[in-house]
Amino acid sequence: MNERILLSHGGGGRLSHQLIQTEILSRFGHGPLHGLPDAASLLLDTTRIRFSTDGFVVHPLEFPGGNIGDLAVHGTVNDLAVTGAHPRWLSLGLILEEGLPLVLLRRVLDAIQTAAQNCGVVIATGDTKVVRRGQCDGLYITTSGIGEAIPGFSLGLGQVVAGDRILVSGTLGDHGMAVLSVREGLKIENGPVSDSRPVHRLVAGVAAMAAEIRFMRDPTRGGLATVLNEMTVGQPFGILIRACDLPFSPGGRALAEMLGLDLLHVASEGCLVMICSPNVSDAILARWRELPEGREAREIGTVIRQSGRVILETVIGGHRVVDVPSGELLPRIC
Amino acid sequence: MNGIEGFRNMEAANHFYKVLCGHGQQLARQGRVVHFMEVCGSHTMAIARFGIRDFLPINMDLVSGPGCPVCVTDPGIIDAAIQLAHQGKIIATFGDMMRVPGSRSTLDKTRAEGGRIEICYSPRHVLELARDNRKTEVVFLAIGFETTVAPIMAMLDGVIGEAIGNLSLLTAFKRVPPALSALLGDPEIRIDGFLCPAHVSAIIGADAYRPYAETHGVACVVAGFEPLDILYGLDGLARQLVANNPHVDNQYNRVVKPEGNRQAQRVIARFLEPVDASWRGLGVIPASGLVLRQEFTRYDACHRFGFVVEPGRVNPHCLCGDVLKGKIDPSECPLFGTGCHPDHPLGPCMVSSEGSCAAEFKYASGVSS
Repeated sequence: MNERILLSHGGGGRLSHQLIQTEILSRFGHGPLHGLPDAASLLLDTTRIRFSTDGFVVHPLEFPGGNIGDLAVHGTVNDLAVTGAHPRWLSLGLILEEGLPLVLLRRVLDAIQTAAQNCGVVIATGDTKVVRRGQCDGLYITTSGIGEAIPGFSLGLGQVVAGDRILVSGTLGDHGMAVLSVREGLKIENGPVSDSRPVHRLVAGVAAMAAEIRFMRDPTRGGLATVLNEMTVGQPFGILIRACDLPFSPGGRALAEMLGLDLLHVASEGCLVMICSPNVSDAILARWRELPEGREAREIGTVIRQSGRVILETVIGGHRVVDVPSGELLPRIC
Repeated sequence: MNGIEGFRNMEAANHFYKVLCGHGQQLARQGRVVHFMEVCGSHTMAIARFGIRDFLPINMDLVSGPGCPVCVTDPGIIDAAIQLAHQGKIIATFGDMMRVPGSRSTLDKTRAEGGRIEICYSPRHVLELARDNRKTEVVFLAIGFETTVAPIMAMLDGVIGEAIGNLSLLTAFKRVPPALSALLGDPEIRIDGFLCPAHVSAIIGADAYRPYAETHGVACVVAGFEPLDILYGLDGLARQLVANNPHVDNQYNRVVKPEGNRQAQRVIARFLEPVDASWRGLGVIPASGLVLRQEFTRYDACHRFGFVVEPGRVNPHCLCGDVLKGKIDPSECPLFGTGCHPDHPLGPCMVSSEGSCAAEFKYASGVSS
């Protein structure tokens, strides 16, 4: 059980072939990857496609609630979904460090397989490289994805007007806190668990109300604060959110309080932020709450006329600006 | 009731809003504008984070004090840490210090250049780092007030007990009471009441503030960090002024005792002795620092590696000193938000998570709906 990745696994020879056959094609070789063509052949049902790419370098590779594999699937699936698309195909680029335990690689590939099935996406093309020990941190993944636009969605910040509602589909900041807790060796009982999961069903589930949905994003790096600021910068509107309506998990919240971090700045990996008309906000929340990934969905705020500002009504009724974080999240002295 | 939620109740906050308005009116009838100072950086951040300035009447001013350990630290200590990192030593530090400007660079940039800088979450983490890297010298950038000093000294006790030979401290410890005395001795500064720090008081005790009330006539309230703690604290300060009865009111008695934490005080006294120390913005304050006693100098990085921490170069346009003394609001500094920004800070008050400039920039407290 001590098998490890060797440089020759990436050399193009027999070992490379064996790795691809036994580890990759056994999991993903039934669709467009069958026969290992240089490029996948895909048939589209519509002419409007969405195309996205993302790189995954998370450390550690495994964390409470997931690993780099399902994260790499969910990340790109979610980037497609929030543009109003139905995710169809993914590419899978693996960069492996010499010495990587094969058993760990298998766990990551299994997670990719399960996540792809759950998201209804097919791994259509891919590449595997091995680099010398020390040239990467165990395992890096890039995924690119193609999705088909769902008819009816016409998202854009230009349509947002004062009085529109801000919705989130789940608790905020869980992924970032889960990764931080293991990366820094913080041993916490009932600590935060990553929310790494797909949001495509949340999007597809409300497609009937697409005409009244103005904009969607997933609050990954930089958290909700960054997404809301990106939505309002240079726009003739602002956003007011209410602290008492923000959903946080007990584990994430406890750790953030302890370290002096603001959960609004911490990444989620399975959450959707939406601006929609007040006509459909309740219906969307009701639909989301029927899905496991939308059980904690809430309306958290409103679009306001104050141009370009994101303002938080605090739990005690005071007001403050919500700013974007500066650089990496650093715990404080006391 | 959840431990935190109980102190974040909007109904109770509204009650304090009305109470503070009432105090404001009474003080106005006496023709008074009053100036409170929150001494501690964690109070500064909580006040901004929860929008507490929205609750203050216009004749009640709340300024930030010198209670952010990162902010009052001379840049020379950063320069020394960077130099040690370039010599191949591991620098262990709390996260706040990473982006604080030294004279020429930061620990953040030094790490990018290949220096080994490790962010630690607690003194115990530093001990583990030294244990795991026995062949390399580990230098802990030991900065903080009494609250942080006590656990660091407990860690040092562990270092001695385990005979760990590769860990030393680069110290810039500070004591809060001498700084308060220095502020009250400055004729340019007017303070009617101190919102006294919560966790520092847990170590030194509420009685430590009695001279300020009894000799200087300054109202003192020891308050916790939750929003209702702070509002109740401000109510307490205002009540003392309305009644013209300055004294020490320990509202944080769920944590703070009049005499403080004797065990922590003993640990500090065993390893450290007071020394005159230079505070950024306030200058040298007698007996306001703490250094390792003679018998423990082998754990002092300066002693071990034979160097002296030289005073660092401060950007001449940076007004952090005036901000730390409560003489100006952060936004009155001409560099605020332009030349000095959280992404490229010139002064420590803009980079520390407890700095008043960072709090003002990040939360722009007092944004009215």
